[in-house]
Amino acid sequence: MAEALANYLPHSLEWLAYVVVGLVQCALLLLVPFVGAMFFVWVERKVSARIQDRLGPTRCGGRFGWLQLLADGLKLITKEDLRPKDADAVLFLLAPYISFCASFMALLALPFSNGWVVQNMNVGLFFILAVLGLEVFGVILAGYASASKWSLFGAMREAAQVVSYEVPLGMCVVVPVVITGTMNLVDIGNMQAGLFTNWLIFHDPFTFVTFWVYFTCATASVNRAPFDLAEAESELVAGFHTEYSGFRWLAFFMAEYGSMFIVSGLGAILFFGGWNGPIPIAHWLGLTVENGPVLGFIGNLLGCFNFIFKCVAGVTFMIWVRWTLPRLRIDQVMQVCLKYCVPIAAVMFLGATTWTYLLPGGVGLRSMPYGMRYDTTNVSAAFQPAAVVPPAPAAPVQVNQKLPQASPPKIAQADVPGPGRN
Amino acid sequence: MDAINWHTFFFLLFALVACAFAVGVVLATNIVRMALYLIVSLGATSGLFFLAGADFVAAMQLMIYVGGTLVLLIFGVMLTAKGPFISMKTGGGDWILACLLSGCLAAFLLPAAFAVPGWRNVRHAADTAAVNAAQPEIAEAADASNATAEANSAVATNAPVQTRTATPLGMGLLGPRVDTLDPDDASLVAGMSGYLLPFEIISMHLLVVLVGAAYLARTKRRADSRNPGARNA
Repeated sequence: MAEALANYLPHSLEWLAYVVVGLVQCALLLLVPFVGAMFFVWVERKVSARIQDRLGPTRCGGRFGWLQLLADGLKLITKEDLRPKDADAVLFLLAPYISFCASFMALLALPFSNGWVVQNMNVGLFFILAVLGLEVFGVILAGYASASKWSLFGAMREAAQVVSYEVPLGMCVVVPVVITGTMNLVDIGNMQAGLFTNWLIFHDPFTFVTFWVYFTCATASVNRAPFDLAEAESELVAGFHTEYSGFRWLAFFMAEYGSMFIVSGLGAILFFGGWNGPIPIAHWLGLTVENGPVLGFIGNLLGCFNFIFKCVAGVTFMIWVRWTLPRLRIDQVMQVCLKYCVPIAAVMFLGATTWTYLLPGGVGLRSMPYGMRYDTTNVSAAFQPAAVVPPAPAAPVQVNQKLPQASPPKIAQADVPGPGRN
Repeated sequence: MDAINWHTFFFLLFALVACAFAVGVVLATNIVRMALYLIVSLGATSGLFFLAGADFVAAMQLMIYVGGTLVLLIFGVMLTAKGPFISMKTGGGDWILACLLSGCLAAFLLPAAFAVPGWRNVRHAADTAAVNAAQPEIAEAADASNATAEANSAVATNAPVQTRTATPLGMGLLGPRVDTLDPDDASLVAGMSGYLLPFEIISMHLLVVLVGAAYLARTKRRADSRNPGARNA
């Protein structure tokens, strides 16, 4: 996108294109934690009220209390920013932003539609998992720096919980990677195009179970009830954010809702077809990238709505779970992880691998372009970009050419202007 | 005005952050702040890997090193926290020893880094190669050396290098080195070479050691503690 914009600018202003595109992308992504958190808070209030046979907010704004979300935000921003006297000032002030940045960074690699991703990384899935794991740093630092025993208890619980649940979470996430043969989230999403039977959750029985284990572990890793021990309000006041108020508290809050959105989105891409609807209506209408940029844009926009709908459904499911199940004790949390999630995930991983190996097409006998097609006699065949995937991934140049003589000539072609030489 | 060379800009940024916070780790006295500085330093190193186009290694850096610091942090807090915010002072002897060791390491690493012939004065060539590998069509356009191609290549210089390093790495683990060796070589069949088997053996050993350590470290339960009445029988 930056390259396209740079072509319209005078030569001396090309750097501006990158800055503008970067700012626009950041602003669009910031909508997720900002607007998303406001919206989800309202949803949570309404859903919890319905579950408890109440009405929820009704006063601000019409019948559904939709102005309540603005009122909440305004209240939080105008609150006084308090800091305990004994707190470690730097860490205390920094901690909420670390959580927020981790959550925001994960959004950089999350595709919202076919190719609508800030960084289309080859290892996007791995990157998101790695970055989401950093969110717990903010929590631990907040708990430690607050100089309050409630905060420290909450932080330590969170640390133990997140470190444990990363293991089954990783195992569950590997299952779609084994089936599709790629960690590129755009490719994984595109491979599930077509009818909803192509979604990986319906690929085989093992992936079906894997999704539920994934969702359990994801709920635990984003610290939501019934795994919200770190902020158990009936035991620890408010856990790690006991001492926080105002905007810093809001940053923790947005990080939490942002992470909920991200793990729901990851689940949607890995198991529920991402931006592909249950019925490929956009494809039938010809709204694809091949039919021109405008039709492709409309199709992608519909896909984006699809994806966001799936994410919102996932978050709503988490809210539903929160207001239905009681909180687990710490030993029960560990038990669920080590005695149930890890063995089930391991068995499902084994089963899905065997299934993919014996029956590559899954239930629908559909061939996955990449999956389990390791050919020992012709290595470079495994690197051919599959024709099935609409956006053919960038061809690995150094593989397709004959290698021994490929590398030196590339360096020798020095007539292309290098950086700073034009 | 030349187009800003974003690669150099971000390289300097990440390198500066990594070095500055590494010094911060040494100078800090609070263990949690040390851990925070270490995280920032390691994160900047991961940014350097991303900049070099090694996205898998960069994500690994985030996952293993930065994530590993998390465990370090937890144990640091749990094992040292007698009071709220203790500060640790390093003795003079420790300083001298540490400076000696790290000086030796630097004296060993710096000449080694500068001795690599490919890294000397070939920045332009290397960048060109990276751009060529990433975007062959733009490089071809630049070869035509008309005005449009000039503009295109200037854009290409700043474009992110799209890399697919994960698959060659995995292949290398299995045996076939797609980057250097002839893939048709019969001795490079999967299972005949590569590091997958040693890697798996080491992993299993580590797992067994972990389980054994956990078993030895847990508090011993008396054999009759579950059924006190049995003592009298």
